[in-house]
This record gives sequence, C-alpha cells and structure tokens, in this order.
Amino acid sequence: MTASNTKGLISVRDLGVTFGHGTNEVKAVRGVSFDVAQGESFGIVGESGSGKSTVLRAICGLAPTSAGTITFQGEALKAPRQPAFYRDVQMVFQDPYASLHPRHTIDKVLSEPLAIHGLDDPEGRVERALEDVGLGQGFRFRFPHQLSGGQRQRVAIARALILEPQVLLLDEPTSALDASIQAEVLNLLDALRHKRGLTYVLVSHDLAVVAHMCERLVVMQHGREVEELTRSALQHHEATQEYTRNLLVASEGFKAKGTST
Amino acid sequence: MTNMLEVKNLSVAFPSRDGPVRVVRDVSFSLGRERLGIVGESGSGKSQTGRAILGLTPSNGTVTADHLAFDGIDLRGASSSTWRQLRGRRMSMVMQDPKFSLNPVMTIGRQIVEAYRRLGRKSKSEMREKALEVLSSVQIRDPERVFDAYPHELSGGMGQRAMIAMMLVGEPDLLIADEPTSALDVTVQLDVLRILDDLVRDRGMGLIFISHDLRLVSSFCDRVLVMYAGRVVEEIAARDLHNAQHPYTCGLLHCLPKIDGGVRPLPTLERDPAWLA
Ligand SMILES: Nc1ncnc2c1ncn2[C@@H]1O[C@H](COP(=O)(O)OP(=O)(O)OP(=O)(O)O)[C@@H](O)[C@H]1O
Ligand SMILES: Nc1ncnc2c1ncn2[C@@H]1O[C@H](COP(=O)(O)OP(=O)(O)OP(=O)(O)O)[C@@H](O)[C@H]1O
Ligand SMILES: [Mg+2]
Ligand SMILES: [Mg+2]
Repeated sequence: MTASNTKGLISVRDLGVTFGHGTNEVKAVRGVSFDVAQGESFGIVGESGSGKSTVLRAICGLAPTSAGTITFQGEALKAPRQPAFYRDVQMVFQDPYASLHPRHTIDKVLSEPLAIHGLDDPEGRVERALEDVGLGQGFRFRFPHQLSGGQRQRVAIARALILEPQVLLLDEPTSALDASIQAEVLNLLDALRHKRGLTYVLVSHDLAVVAHMCERLVVMQHGREVEELTRSALQHHEATQEYTRNLLVASEGFKAKGTST
Repeated sequence: MTNMLEVKNLSVAFPSRDGPVRVVRDVSFSLGRERLGIVGESGSGKSQTGRAILGLTPSNGTVTADHLAFDGIDLRGASSSTWRQLRGRRMSMVMQDPKFSLNPVMTIGRQIVEAYRRLGRKSKSEMREKALEVLSSVQIRDPERVFDAYPHELSGGMGQRAMIAMMLVGEPDLLIADEPTSALDVTVQLDVLRILDDLVRDRGMGLIFISHDLRLVSSFCDRVLVMYAGRVVEEIAARDLHNAQHPYTCGLLHCLPKIDGGVRPLPTLERDPAWLA
C-alpha cells in the first residue's frame, strides 16, 4: 500500500527538532517526512536515541518544532495544540512510570480525561477500558506503585483509549509486556483499529511487532530517516540500507562471541 | 563449592483488603557464576523476587524464606551495615524502570561520580574519567553530553544504559538485571548483552536476567526459571526452551509475532486454573 502521493491524515514534512543551545545543542530530528493515511498503521523503528519518541512528541505538540510542518486533517498544526486536538489524537508514552501520577488511583487516572472532556457514563467507560486491556475491576482503586510494570503499561493504554480518539501515537506500547500480554494488547490494538477505523503511528524497537502491526514503516538513525519500507519488503528482508540489514540480523537473537552483528 | 546465591522457599506477601496476597510463592533456586534467566508473565512476581534478594521489598511487603544466603551470608534480617557492605558493591540490581531509579534532579555524570565516591577515594578528575569510560562501555556514543544531561533529556534506551553503567561501577559479584534491555533497539541490545556476557565469562559474575523476552533469554542465558502467579512452574536449560513441558511456557513461545509474517490474530494463552495449584 503506498499513500505517498495522496495527502495523508497526518503529514509530516521535513520535520526538525532541536533541543538546547550552543554547545548543548542536540539535533534530535533532522528532516523527517512521512504521510499516514486514515485507518493506516505506520511504524517507526530505529536506533536508540535516533529521535523516534521525539517525532511522536512533536506531533502531539510536546516537543519544539524547529523546522518543517506537521499537518493533521489537511491543516497545519499550531503550538500550543487546541484541547479538541487531544480528543482526536492520544499518545501512549514509552515510560509508563513517569506518565502516571503516583498519588492518583487508576480510577482517577482513567476518569480525569472523561471529566475534562465532559463525556457521559464515566463509570461504564472506566469499567470497559479496564476490561479492554485485560485488567479486572480489582485494579481500579490501586495506585501505580502497587502494579507491576506491565500492568502500568496497560493502564496507560486504557487511558489513551478512553477518549475514543481517531489517532493513537504508540511509543513502545508493548516493550514492557511479556509475550502473552503483548499478544493480547497487539490483538486488541488490531481489533480496535478495524472496528473503529483508528489510525496508528507506532514506535517499536521490535521489528517483529512492527511487521505484525504496520503496513509501512520508516527506519531512523541519528535523527534522519534511513529508508521507508512496506511490510512486505520487511518480511522478505528486502532492505536496501546497511543499517536496516543489521537490524534484521540482530533480531535473530544473541550470538555468543565471534559472530558478527 | 557452594553456590554464590541460595534461595529456598522465598515468599513475598502484600496486604490487601482480603488479607495478605502472596505474590512470590515458595521460590527456590541456586546461582553460581552463570546467567540465569527469569521469565514469566506480567505480574508473576519476577521483579519482587529480585528485590527480595537485595532486601529492596517495598515497606508494606513481608518476605519469608527457609534459606536466603549470598556467599554464605544469611540475608534474612541482615543488618543495615551488612546491606551497606553488600549492596552496590558485591550485589547490584538494575531496576526495571530507569527513570524511576535515576535521580531526576541530578545529572547522570554526578550520579555515577557519586557511586564511585561511595566506593572509595579518588580524585575528581579521575572519577570523571572513570564515569565517561563506563558510559562509553555501554555504547553511549556521546558520553560527554550524557554526563552533563538530566535523566529527562535522554531517550528511553539511553536512560536504561546509564542505569546499567551505574550498576557496573561497583563491579558486583552478583547482578540482578530487571528487564535491562526492554527499551533498547536490537543492535544496542546485543551490545549490552555482550557486556554482561563478558562480565560473567571474564570476571565470574553471577547474573540474574529478568525478562519477558523468551527469544532473547533462550539465546543468552544458561538456565531459565519460568514463573507463573508467583511460583516457579518450570526450570529448564535455555537451549531446551523449545522443548518446554509446561503449557504456560509453550503458550508463551507461540504468542510471539514474527518478522516474516504469522497468524492474525496472534495466538493467546488459555490460562488453566490448574496451573495455580
Ligand atoms: N528534553 C530534552 N532535552 C534535551 N535533549 C533531549 C530531550 N529529549 C530528547 N533529547 C535527545 O534527543 C535525542 C532523541 O531522543 P528520543 O527520545 O527521540 O530517542 P528515541 O529514538 O525515542 O530513542 P529510544 O529508542 O532510546 O527511546 C536523544 O539524543 C536525546 O538525548
Ligand atoms: N507495593 C505493592 N503492593 C501491593 N501489591 C504489589 C506491590 N508491588 C507489586 N505488587 C503486586 O505484586 C505482583 C508481582 O509484581 P512484580 O512487579 O514482581 O511482577 P513482574 O513479574 O515483575 O511483572 P512485569 O513483567 O509486569 O514487570 C503484581 O501482581 C503486583 O501488582
Ligand atoms: Mg524513545
Ligand atoms: Mg517487573
């Protein structure tokens, strides 16, 4: 599926993000462009520190855009984002610990966005959101520190879903989860996308997760895009760039000394 | 030869409205100078097992064990001075969440230098030199910048590596690494594993590697404990993981997505209440 010349639901053009000044300057993203069509699932993979999270944060209005434009539904986004933007676009952060308020119960974490946006039936929505991510009602009045890592990540996903957004920006949504819960969350995300016509931009360091979830993907290194691939090109190991090929080899697992990467 | 670590019938319980809940139940194993993997589903008690060994159970939890010894030292009810001699020196733990265990208001460099300072007197420039060295050893490309950065200025994977670097400072005999590579891309992940591998081979460190990534564990560890609902349900040589007996372990192996395309939806686990027995 190629959507490169049709205008996407989300369109990122020559995006640049720079943090700090002078000697502390970090060019986290330097000229990244991609389009994501309505209902599509788009993947971002790449090296640690290559700017993947920063791209998602920039779409969300949480990182300073120093160059380029980001368009949503045909309109260039302005900083700061309007509250209505967050009804349409929600992000699941890489770090579920930092993103959940330590002194708020799970119930509060989930009902707060409902109250802010004035949605009806908060009780029912909180219950359904917990069921959706495989957490029973027993978790409702616990605090984040009373949950395991994976349980917290599911709360973070439930919080993003509860406003029924059109677009989910997912930053390593399953890297804290064991294989069985990962499979459940990936199936859930897959089913929701088809049922509600959701659009995903998914960051993962796991090529298998991206191959499973995304029709197209971009590979990043040092803030730049290395190449854009379709799912089928990835599946057939048809990468044209050295770095992507290394990723594919490394995905096969650890090989003791002497074997090359 | 006695084992570095002996654990017999370790349990951890937390209070709840319906009385104490045991999240770790009668876990027993021993560890030599080897790589032991602990896998298991989210909430199965992997982290709490690791924390109990290091005496880092949250204050509302209760730890019991028939035997819990590191290098012959009984850890049950160990005094705080014993812990001071052990923790950060002879045994260390890389916590599951780097941002949680790194001090948010202190630069990475200062935190590492602090760790060196606690170990003994060295000059300031010497400690800085050492800190930069240990940062590059975990494949951080621009150690100078990371040295001066605060945790929130790092990417997920950089924070995780800074955390590992800090734990390596004490050159521990036993390292418990809780999901140490879950935020790393595969190439860096392998670099970090190689560092840990070297420490086990060259320095004879004992490593407990907690992970939910079966593929990784089976290619990296010598032995694997599989946990389910607080119990060890299977202990198996890593290379035999594909011949696992317990239905939970087999189920875990089947739910992984594959690069070259697999089934959709992914197979999920049918949990059998009998596994809890
Ligand atoms: N607030 C900030 N201030 C300064 N530098 C930052 C800030 N946020 C991110 N950076 C830097 O930007 C670069 C890209 O970070 P980013 O978090 O986007 O990486 P990533 O690709 O998501 O990596 P990972 O896979 O490790 O999560 C890194 O060098 C990081 O140190
Ligand atoms: N302070 C606490 N109070 C009450 N229950 C707790 C507390 N800390 C952890 N638990 C519970 O103990 C159980 C085991 O948690 P643990 O963190 O060991 O899981 P884990 O196997 O490491 O999972 P993950 O893979 O998700 O990190 C979980 O059900 C968790 O909710
Ligand atoms: Mg990131
Ligand atoms: Mg854990």
